[in-house]
Amino acid sequence: MKTRSWTIVSLLVLGALLAACAAPAPPAEEAPPPPVAAARFQTILDRGKIICGINQELPYFGYLNPAGEFEGFDVDFCKAIAAAVFGDANAVEYVPLTGETRLPALQTGEIDVLLRNTTWTLTRDSVNEVDWAAINFYDGQGMMVPVDTGWATIEEMGGATVCCTTGTTTEMNLADAFRSRNLDYTPLLFEKTQDTATAYEEGRCDGHTSDKSQLAALRSAMEHPEEHIILDVTMSKEPLGPVTAHGDNKWNDAVRWVTWGMIQAEESGVSSANVNEALGSDDPTIKRLLGVEGEMGASLGIPNDFMVDVLEQVGNYGEVYERWLGPAGLNIPRGPNELWTNGGLLYAMAFR
Amino acid sequence: MSTIAVARQRAMSILRDERFLRALGQAVFAIAVVLFVAWCLSNYRDRGSTFSFGFLREEASFDLAEGMAFSPVDPYWKAFLVGLLNTLKVAVVGIILATILGTVTGVARLSRNWLISNIAGVYIEIIRNTPVLVQLFFLYFAVILKLPSLKDRIVLPGPIFISIRGINLTWPRPTESFAYWLPFLIGAVIVAVGIYAWRVLLERRTRRPTSRLPWTFIALAVPLVGWFLVPGNPLYPNRPAVEGLRVVGGTTLSPEFLAILIGLVIYTAAFIAEVVRAGIMAVPRGQTEAARAQGFSEMQILQLIVLPQAIRIIIPPLISQYLNLTNNSSLAIAIGFLDLYAVSSTMLFQSGRVVEVFLMIMAAYLSMSLTISLIMNVVNRRLALVEQ
Repeated sequence: MKTRSWTIVSLLVLGALLAACAAPAPPAEEAPPPPVAAARFQTILDRGKIICGINQELPYFGYLNPAGEFEGFDVDFCKAIAAAVFGDANAVEYVPLTGETRLPALQTGEIDVLLRNTTWTLTRDSVNEVDWAAINFYDGQGMMVPVDTGWATIEEMGGATVCCTTGTTTEMNLADAFRSRNLDYTPLLFEKTQDTATAYEEGRCDGHTSDKSQLAALRSAMEHPEEHIILDVTMSKEPLGPVTAHGDNKWNDAVRWVTWGMIQAEESGVSSANVNEALGSDDPTIKRLLGVEGEMGASLGIPNDFMVDVLEQVGNYGEVYERWLGPAGLNIPRGPNELWTNGGLLYAMAFR
Repeated sequence: MSTIAVARQRAMSILRDERFLRALGQAVFAIAVVLFVAWCLSNYRDRGSTFSFGFLREEASFDLAEGMAFSPVDPYWKAFLVGLLNTLKVAVVGIILATILGTVTGVARLSRNWLISNIAGVYIEIIRNTPVLVQLFFLYFAVILKLPSLKDRIVLPGPIFISIRGINLTWPRPTESFAYWLPFLIGAVIVAVGIYAWRVLLERRTRRPTSRLPWTFIALAVPLVGWFLVPGNPLYPNRPAVEGLRVVGGTTLSPEFLAILIGLVIYTAAFIAEVVRAGIMAVPRGQTEAARAQGFSEMQILQLIVLPQAIRIIIPPLISQYLNLTNNSSLAIAIGFLDLYAVSSTMLFQSGRVVEVFLMIMAAYLSMSLTISLIMNVVNRRLALVEQ
């Protein structure tokens, strides 16, 4: 009798608590901006250097060279932001990241800006709560095949085995590309980019698909790069650019206008070579760009002559491109990465 | 005593009552679990996400190279199923092969032949003391990926092709007359069961040990007769042939499947060998010596005296090794084999449903492991009874 009555009592208590938990939650209010990003800009200014998330395994984009320094196309943009904000291109702390950890690192505040060949997609904008500041590279998904297959288009690849890396949009685009052409194929998925490249190089698969810039970089690291060709096919849009976390528009603005400043500099013909003469130019756009006139930089919260430092220490967009992706580097034709005046997609917004 | 004193004494005695304390402990724990789950769900709600499995009906948009036929328009749950079947394929075949290899190695380790015993010893020590992921990587990248290309494939009579694209075997496939042959197959099973039952009854009646299993093979005569009675051939050999980039026909064992299977079999067999060795050594020495004195051959000693007694000791740790093999199969993602975890992790990235997918993964692995344990425990209990 005693045991039973106490069992009943404890069950009643349990039931009461369950009922309390099951009560509807208060209506979800507008979540305040994550505290991480709100004061980001001020934190960065106080710190005296920016923390930049990069790739360390992709030659010419983000790479740890044998001398122990980080270098590459994306790394140069990190340097440009540092030069703009602090006047010193070396006021950067680099954090190498993998494909899976890059966005969480940004969301949690581990890094200030992510420059790791990250594609601007809707889901990442909305679900992952990050913002792109600008686009610094218009890429597309491509396919690399051995030269002696003689293929030039995807249509000829019926029945092929294609290697790609999992956890990216690559495999979905691959499925779409082959399905829309009604072709049979066998996908082979690996967790790491390096494993995919190794499997392709050994001949396990007939093709390797990834962003074209990645394919070019991986090919450059192969034993016989001349035996592989990247097809002149683009399977998807992959706009890449610097990313910041939701919540701090000021920081996002600063990163955005540094990038656009570099593009505008190339458009206006100002480079690291002639920046000093350009300071005396009559062109109103150049005057505003270099801070001779107007309060462009100051309104962003950075020194007014930020572009002078950027150009002197890093260069304009064209120079950065030539340095890493030109004939001396990876040698990718500019294609969509040309200025709009030359038929490309690079268009800096009005600098006024 | 006054009523207050009586009431107080009753109250105190309740707190000292063990049954009450036990019930209270259970209730507190249960409440803590419920609160924790409710807090997790409310976190989820606050971030604006919803907890639902509805996404399983959406299109997968990715393709699966391994396992049964699958296309990108198939729903996510079908992809999950394909991954599960692939894992089961590796687990079942792996368990069987690992047991065979492990038992042979364990017995070899106990051999009085110096060479055999030491070869087994070196194998066991090297494999047990290196990480399984390293072994899998080595096997895949340094061994299997170094096989010749499809053009320069190794051709064995059959034909069997061995190349970097996998092993292609000739495989029997049914023809139209297979439907007529099927009743003979079913008939063979019934006849086999019947013969086995007859031999068991015969054993009971004559009270003398009578062989049962060899007699059941007579049932094989049924499908054999059926093969000739049926018009045409019910099965035809589907031969692999190279067409352009790939092999058509026959059946293919992909390099990734071979790597994960061979890697896991070799790894788990090393552990099973030690378990078997422990079990055999646990059988009292006197048994072996008495058997030798009686004139049993070594093989007979092993088969009739040592192993039947050793098995009772071997089975519980063996269950652990089987579970290890099943759970280690999730390493397949590192070498490109589409097992349950690999498919689920793709589902996770594409759909963004982290919690739901992980719950599904855990439920699947848990059921597989519990099933294996259940079956092996039944075997264990049955063997224990036979000992009586």
